[in-house]
Amino acid sequence: MTIAPKKLIPLLLLAAAASIVIPLVHPINGYLLNLFMQAATYAMAVLGLTVVLGYAGQISIAQAGFFGLGAYGVAIGTTMLHLPFLVALALGVCVAGLLGAILGASTLKLAGHYLAMVTISFQQILTLVLTNWISLTNGPDGIRSIPRPRLFGVSLEDSDRYLGLCLVVLYAVGVFVWWLKGTKLGLGMQAVRDNELAAEVVGVDTYRVKVTAFCLSALLGGLGGGLFAGGFGYISPDQFSFNESVVFLTMVLLGGADAAVGSVVGTALLILLPEWLRFLRGAYLAVYGLAVILIMVFMPTGLWGLLSKLGGPPRLRERDVPDVLTLGDPDAAQGGVLLEIKDLAKHFGGLKALDGVDITVERGKVHALIGPNGSGKTTMLNVLSGIYRPTRGEVIVDGVKVSGLAPHELAAAGVGRTFQNIRLFLSLTVLENVVIGAQRPHNSAAQTPEQVQRRAMAALEFVGMAARADLKVASLPYGHQRLVEIARALAGNPTLLLLDEPAAGLNLTEKQELVGLLKRLAGYGLTLFLIDHDMNLVEQMADRITVLNFGKRIADGAPADVLRHPDVIAAYLGEVPDDAAA
Amino acid sequence: MAIFLQLLFTGIGIGAVYSLVALGFVLIYRATNVVNFAQGEFAMLGAYAMVVLTEDVGLPYWAAIPVSLVAMGVIGALFNLGVYYPLRHRSFLPVVISTIGASILLTNSVLVGYGPAPESLAGMFEFPGFQVGEVFLDSQYLLIIVVTILLVAFQYFFFEHTLIGKKMQATSQDKEMASLLGIPVARMIMLTFIYSAILGGLAGILVAPILFVSVGLGSQVALKAFAASIIGGFGDVTGAIVGGLSLGIIETFGAAYISVPYKDAFAFLVLFGFLLIRPQGIFGEKVAQKA
Repeated sequence: MTIAPKKLIPLLLLAAAASIVIPLVHPINGYLLNLFMQAATYAMAVLGLTVVLGYAGQISIAQAGFFGLGAYGVAIGTTMLHLPFLVALALGVCVAGLLGAILGASTLKLAGHYLAMVTISFQQILTLVLTNWISLTNGPDGIRSIPRPRLFGVSLEDSDRYLGLCLVVLYAVGVFVWWLKGTKLGLGMQAVRDNELAAEVVGVDTYRVKVTAFCLSALLGGLGGGLFAGGFGYISPDQFSFNESVVFLTMVLLGGADAAVGSVVGTALLILLPEWLRFLRGAYLAVYGLAVILIMVFMPTGLWGLLSKLGGPPRLRERDVPDVLTLGDPDAAQGGVLLEIKDLAKHFGGLKALDGVDITVERGKVHALIGPNGSGKTTMLNVLSGIYRPTRGEVIVDGVKVSGLAPHELAAAGVGRTFQNIRLFLSLTVLENVVIGAQRPHNSAAQTPEQVQRRAMAALEFVGMAARADLKVASLPYGHQRLVEIARALAGNPTLLLLDEPAAGLNLTEKQELVGLLKRLAGYGLTLFLIDHDMNLVEQMADRITVLNFGKRIADGAPADVLRHPDVIAAYLGEVPDDAAA
Repeated sequence: MAIFLQLLFTGIGIGAVYSLVALGFVLIYRATNVVNFAQGEFAMLGAYAMVVLTEDVGLPYWAAIPVSLVAMGVIGALFNLGVYYPLRHRSFLPVVISTIGASILLTNSVLVGYGPAPESLAGMFEFPGFQVGEVFLDSQYLLIIVVTILLVAFQYFFFEHTLIGKKMQATSQDKEMASLLGIPVARMIMLTFIYSAILGGLAGILVAPILFVSVGLGSQVALKAFAASIIGGFGDVTGAIVGGLSLGIIETFGAAYISVPYKDAFAFLVLFGFLLIRPQGIFGEKVAQKA
């Protein structure tokens, strides 16, 4: 959630109500009315981009295409198929949404420039079809005399009334998009945007989230386009070209991509701008292109971002005393095996990063995995959390075979993890980061949104960060970020927690605090599987140690025995002398 | 058979133009990891520079070419300073949007000056071409093919056998390491932009007699060239050439045998297929995989 200046909300409501009522009471001239109509319908499509680009961070240069699909749905539906307006609108919106989901499906393999190119190709092909499929679309001539609807017995033929309808729909869409941001889906989208890998690992089904974002965005584009067709009564293919897609993109960026209000303001500005720049007439688009560059260079967060900054630093909210964190699985006391790794191998081409490793981790114990650099420790953790698929062998957690599952499925199965190079969702607050952790599927400790919030606060309290819940996580020092990452994992109530070098980069005091925290975790009966180079920490923490070297297990047992094992000493001191100090 | 060969020749000629623009794409992508969506405008500007110099200034055709190319170099430098350099530390999205903005700016500036009516530019040779058997080899297409071959040879020599070329390669592979080794990274990127703009301008000059000079020339060529780079494999010079040639051929045959109005769609359909089945392209091997 952006820290929306609360005082603005009543003002916004007032402005929204006035914008609907005033044209009805005091008719405005046709030209201005058309501008408003354009702004209102464009803004819906721009709000779609807020979802896909602003929230989910996926580029789409095809929004004009979806806008066009909605518009042609209404035009073809009403003038050729003689459907009622609303049915035609629903048709157009559905077609747009469906194609949006299909386009979103390409995010399985593609991101960045490639995704940009796919969306551009889609846009271009659509333009070609609209221009050339003359029997359906009437080709470049476009479709005329598109009717307006009757609603509840009231004819909206009158432009002032029709504008009222558009504005009501626009505000509803705006509120929906604003509300979406704080929901589970919305937070999942933002997690994908900030750090896709971490999002997967905390249990967000990133692919589904991306497809949903594309689909929603296309639906809103189609809705705007459908109402646009009714508003202007005439449409043609050039209104929905690549250039218009760029205009939509600029509008959302000008407003501030991840803020609903900003998107509406950005749209209104860019539609009114040509009127104010009327004296430039011919050069308008050139100035516009220049403006796009300047916005990118000088206003990375858009207008809304600037406004939010004026509001000063975020105020810390008063919160209830958090719950006590419940941790670990109820079976912990019974002992037995929680994690079983059998003959696990991971090869990268000819490199055998892991080559037939067996490890057994007992329930409620702290198990450490050590080894010199390049011995395969991090590869092991990446296989365990589903980031890599093993070449051979299997991983069994709690009696269930989990090797080969996707990271979010492993998270759902109760495997949590932290990263050596901390991976947080940097544009979100501390609390939001942890809430996303608490939202992992099948989290028995937090099922309602209310419980999720309480669980997240409890996890923050446990690591001592509750007082910083409302700060942006990016503003925290390194040591605190690590604690937040641990809290994020704990909030998901894992049965097994994988810790990838938790002490890396911490100073001596912070390390001792970390040891204290981990000991408390172990005290709750949570099973920990950790990698670290700090022998002091490993010796203090571990109940059992496994040593890897060149992808093979060279020792396994109680710390005292393992650390005196000749092969282990040879691996550390004989071959990679500098490493022990790291 | 004669028609087949004739189409093949035309396809290769037009594909060579896509290759030249794609080469510019790939060079900038390798140096900065950014796709320059205004690359096509370099071609458009190159063509207009020729129109201005030959018609308004009155330079002879062959003298106008070097002057245009120098002007393109200056434009490439300014482009780097204004569009890329201020955003070099940001993620790819702002940079992409910024290059799209630059494309709008450049197109419309020319539109203000010259209007939407296309200008025509004469071909480089007076004689139309050769008749070989049943195939007519148009002189302009032949020129395009020859220039492309020479440029590819030059580029290979430059990057593999000169120090400055190697420095540019080092910059593209690892900026941080390159700067630690004392390579002036910012200057190498500047050079890349200048060279790419010249390449793009040259492509525009070569293609202008065939396609007419209009403000739409840039986007027309750029999207194809971009598609060519993806088909061939981004970050690979051979890929850009092969991708461009295949696209030119596919498009020419598609238009001749399947459908003229959907001529432009073939390129995008092939592209779609590649993106979904083999996003790394024919020659590429690395699509960013993070872990």
